[in-house]
Amino acid sequence: MSVTYGRTVATDPSFPPEAVPGTTQPTRSKKSRPHYRLRRHALEAAAMAFGVVLAVWSVLPIYNMWMIALSTHDGVFAGSLWPEQPTLEAFRVVVTEDFWYLARFWHQFGNSFYVGLSVMFLTLLIGSLASFTIGRMRIRHGWMLSNAALMTYVIPASFLAIPMYRIMQIYGLTNNLMSVVLALTTFATPYAIFIFSQYGKSIPMELDESARIDGANPFQIYLRIYLPLMAPALVAVGTYALLLAWNEYLYNFLLLSTPESMTVAVALAQFLNSDESPWNFMMATAIIYAMPPIILYYGFRRYMAAGLTMGGVKG
Amino acid sequence: MSGSQQALEFGRPIAPSRLRLPPWRYRFQGSDTAWAIAFVIPYVAIFAAFVIYPIVFGLWMGSDLKLYDLLFSDPRYVTTLVNTLLFVAIGVNVKMVLAFLLSGFFMNRSWWTRTLLAIYLLPWALPGLTVFLSIHYMLVTEWGLLDSLWRAVTGEDGPLFLVSAPLAMAANIVSYIWKWMPFWTLIFLAARMAIPQDIYEAAEIDGASGYRRLVHVTFPLLANVYLICTLLSTVWTLGDFPTVYFVSSGAPARSTDVLATYGFHEAFDFGYPNLGVAAMMSALPLLIPLVILLMRRIRVTGVQL
Repeated sequence: MSVTYGRTVATDPSFPPEAVPGTTQPTRSKKSRPHYRLRRHALEAAAMAFGVVLAVWSVLPIYNMWMIALSTHDGVFAGSLWPEQPTLEAFRVVVTEDFWYLARFWHQFGNSFYVGLSVMFLTLLIGSLASFTIGRMRIRHGWMLSNAALMTYVIPASFLAIPMYRIMQIYGLTNNLMSVVLALTTFATPYAIFIFSQYGKSIPMELDESARIDGANPFQIYLRIYLPLMAPALVAVGTYALLLAWNEYLYNFLLLSTPESMTVAVALAQFLNSDESPWNFMMATAIIYAMPPIILYYGFRRYMAAGLTMGGVKG
Repeated sequence: MSGSQQALEFGRPIAPSRLRLPPWRYRFQGSDTAWAIAFVIPYVAIFAAFVIYPIVFGLWMGSDLKLYDLLFSDPRYVTTLVNTLLFVAIGVNVKMVLAFLLSGFFMNRSWWTRTLLAIYLLPWALPGLTVFLSIHYMLVTEWGLLDSLWRAVTGEDGPLFLVSAPLAMAANIVSYIWKWMPFWTLIFLAARMAIPQDIYEAAEIDGASGYRRLVHVTFPLLANVYLICTLLSTVWTLGDFPTVYFVSSGAPARSTDVLATYGFHEAFDFGYPNLGVAAMMSALPLLIPLVILLMRRIRVTGVQL
């Protein structure tokens, strides 16, 4: 903490204080006395050392993934800090489906995409329709819907897993990708309603009213006015839903068990059952599986952060 | 009814006399009601089919009281309860405190903290499954990365993490913190950014030092966010499945299971789904008050801001 604010105070005894901590003001720093400058440099150095530790801490398991993926099958057990002969062999095996666990890898990759995109589409559709009705049309018992959404948001999904498994059998949806799509849409929609309701408050009601005067029906208002103005929230929630579906494991595992219906997450965890321990293949699969979310996170980071601040847990 | 009157009926009315009516008094015409019903039906259907029905089904599955006798006579269940409490209490609180402190660190927006933030978010950005598997393989053998590092530094063989229950449990908790700390740091960072700068300026004019600004300005303003985040995280962590399932896999000998993995194993490995449901339902005395508290807090603060 003292790193953040101490610097401004230490270098800045004069009045008025600067507006943003961290902005450099050359005129003042020239005036500041040498030991203040020394202290600032020492703080900066300490903060940087801490930053290095933090970076190592964050990266260590990811480094481990790469290290194993680049090893040969025997090299996995060498116990070294970097493979002696780094090889892309494991990636070749995964990409060409050259191992029996990976025989349907690209098909399963496609399944993951199908589930992710379907969950995204359904979440956006159902969530935006519901929050349009609650927030813009103001139906009578809208608060009940909001509370239902909030309750779903707050209940841990794993506690519903066993009954959900049974219910999907009753619905006749086992080993059907739709079962996972529907289950995950259920868990993603509350967040969507949350964010859409928060964001929708910033769109003036007068727009709806003038459209009404021009004779638009609610569906036209939803389609032509509400949706276009909600674009940033749609992007934020869409990314969230896609990632939730892509990264989810428990429901994928319970509801999908045939190689045809599996998603990559299930196929990846299958390696745990193997006696051969082809860890390098497993980690190569894991890295390929992790690529889409990484690209999404860093591509849409602005929206992710926006989503977090807009609704999420804004206090 | 003419078009302009319809406009008055829909949404916020323009006439001042109508402004005083509470929202639920607005009535739409028949066709509008039909639209409204059509719009909410998808959500209501999904909620009924995949939330209400599983909850009722689960309550029915776990309704036999004999299950709980069976449960409490299982020594592994008692271990599981203790593990769950440790996992939630230590995991959530350490994670939240560290995330809070780190959000202060990342408020300093220089070029290198921005880069560091991008690296720091990696654990959150990666699918939990992949990183937990990676951590599992760092721990599981004496050829794992941690043991290699240990050997490189001390020259001796490192500990076998997944052979000792306390070490394995600690590994679970640390992995959990590693994975989720970035997310909450980002939340706290956003909350800190939302604090108006002039409050800090006023505090500085009054002579508040860095430490005092933290205690008297930042803490009180973020207390509510902190509380809600902690409650939310507690509820989610109570049902956390992948961390323990992959990092320690319950090793050694199912002594590091938490409720979610215990219920899972009872239901799908040993074929007692009702016992699995009962195990998870034994968390309800803790879960229900938390959920109610959370729903009230989020609603109240939602109105405030």
